[in-house]
Amino acid sequence: MSPWRAAARRFRRNRPAVAGAAVVIALALAAALGPLVTPDPLAQPDPVRLQDQPPSAAHLLGTDPYSRDVLSRTLHGARVSLLVGVGAALLAVTLGAGVGLAAGLGGRRTDELLMRGVDVALALPRIILLLVIFAVWEQAPAGAVVVLIAATGWFQTSRIVRAVVLSLREADFVAAARALGARRPGIVRRHLLPHVAAPVIVSASLDVGNIILLEAGLSYLGLGVRPPTPTWGNMIMDGKDVLFSAPWVALAPGCALVLTVLAFNLAGDGLRDALDPRVAA
Amino acid sequence: MSAPAAPRAPLLEVHDLAVNFTGSDGVARAVDGVDLTVHEGETVGLVGESGCGKSVTALAILRLIEPPGHIAHGSSVRLEGRDLLALGAKEIRAVRGNHVALVFQEPLSALNPVLAVGDQIAETVRAHEAVSRGTARWRAVEMLAAVGIADAERRAAAYPHQLSGGMRQRVLLAMALACRPKLLLADEPTTALDVTIQAEILELLDGLQRKLGMAVLLITHNLGLVAERTRRVYVMYAGQIVEQTTTDRLFARPAHPYTEGLLAAVPRLDERRDRLLAIPGQVPPASAWPGGCRFHPRCPHAWEKCRTAMPPLLDAGESHRARCWLVDEPERRSEP
Repeated sequence: MSPWRAAARRFRRNRPAVAGAAVVIALALAAALGPLVTPDPLAQPDPVRLQDQPPSAAHLLGTDPYSRDVLSRTLHGARVSLLVGVGAALLAVTLGAGVGLAAGLGGRRTDELLMRGVDVALALPRIILLLVIFAVWEQAPAGAVVVLIAATGWFQTSRIVRAVVLSLREADFVAAARALGARRPGIVRRHLLPHVAAPVIVSASLDVGNIILLEAGLSYLGLGVRPPTPTWGNMIMDGKDVLFSAPWVALAPGCALVLTVLAFNLAGDGLRDALDPRVAA
Repeated sequence: MSAPAAPRAPLLEVHDLAVNFTGSDGVARAVDGVDLTVHEGETVGLVGESGCGKSVTALAILRLIEPPGHIAHGSSVRLEGRDLLALGAKEIRAVRGNHVALVFQEPLSALNPVLAVGDQIAETVRAHEAVSRGTARWRAVEMLAAVGIADAERRAAAYPHQLSGGMRQRVLLAMALACRPKLLLADEPTTALDVTIQAEILELLDGLQRKLGMAVLLITHNLGLVAERTRRVYVMYAGQIVEQTTTDRLFARPAHPYTEGLLAAVPRLDERRDRLLAIPGQVPPASAWPGGCRFHPRCPHAWEKCRTAMPPLLDAGESHRARCWLVDEPERRSEP
């Protein structure tokens, strides 16, 4: 059995991780398909009579202060959260893996330059930086949110990848391959990349939850993806003022947020346990 | 043991090989002026304690020394007359694994845990021969069968952790021998294995050596192995060859006190001893070899001359040389 299949088996035996993965899949389906059947999240059918309605057959999760359907908005918010979370995480690990490989495989000078750059980048306050950027750039499109979150989130990944590459460079099997005449690109492809894949996958899956929280925080403050596009963050903001009279307005996106982040973290932890090279070796 | 009497021009000729490691505490002369010769088909031993430079010598032959280490100017390594140290990167890569192969001592860590063993053997083949993936794979299976792995076709798809230590060592041999090298550098090939498995692997190596007409430089600290498997021996101490002769003569009439110490340290069944004998002291670090004879701080016979002048390899009889002043002045030997 290949190490990858062994890892898949270990993952399947980890119940919380499987539950997390199942929730993630369910969320993705709901976000993709739900908005097709629920009412328009922007529609304000009757701004006076329908505002802050409790859950009912017509509006399963009630309506918000602008008389918009909360379920519909929560599902739309899921789209934003998942797209930003997954998109930015993928972009971030790609950047991080690229820089980590370059630092680990390049010469001493390249390594020094890149890693000192990463040290500086890690010292920057990420959240404040993003707040400032989006406060100035009011019309930032969703794509820009993804790119900027990724651009400020790859530093740890690059360090992890570099460390893996450096330890593998000293590995006996790399020395053995070299001693038997293997070419360098082949060694990188066959002996280094497969070992780098595991920590990168783990790092990406654990990043998604954090990025979703970060995006929610930004949109709660009215930055990044802006109203009227529904996001969980700006929905919670909308519900803040009616927290006691109409709690469903904030609770629906709040619970969705907690559930999503928890699911990604459980799945990510499961991946880490399943892919841990000490067990796989 | 397996080879006919050494003939013709040597297969491998190492002359004045020196490897230096530049560190913060100065230059470590890990290998310092080593001369050695291996003839076609012959098995030669290179013996010494850990840290004496024997593994570095093997790596240097294939130019696998990595910075901060480097092979000193003036060294020469000739394979069938061709100077390996003058080759370009591409040419030396074509020698590695193809003409000269190296097997490592650690059979688990020298195999990549996430690649099937068949693929790892095929990798050697594809590094040197323009063959298709399918052909390389077929060659791998053939090699696995040649190193005595039953059900080779199925085993080729196995991953290292699914194989026993002995089988992994067989896989490593298959990797090293896949391109039928003329010379195998075997660095402690059996140290990590059980004694019974050791014997099996050595038997196998012996058979393959005969079949392929391959020479073996057996690098080990195990004198038993040397006695059984080699015809000629080099003894290494502190980066230098200190004694070289035929295996029979080395065991019958060692000329260097270090060799005597090594032989005395081997426990024997036909002798009662209350304590194991050991050579006093330790191998000094390569950055601080003692002046004069490098063995003098540990030598029971050392006198003034040994502390100041380094002996050359002196003639101690027919094809027998030792780096010791006692060869010229035997009367200086202090009897206990």
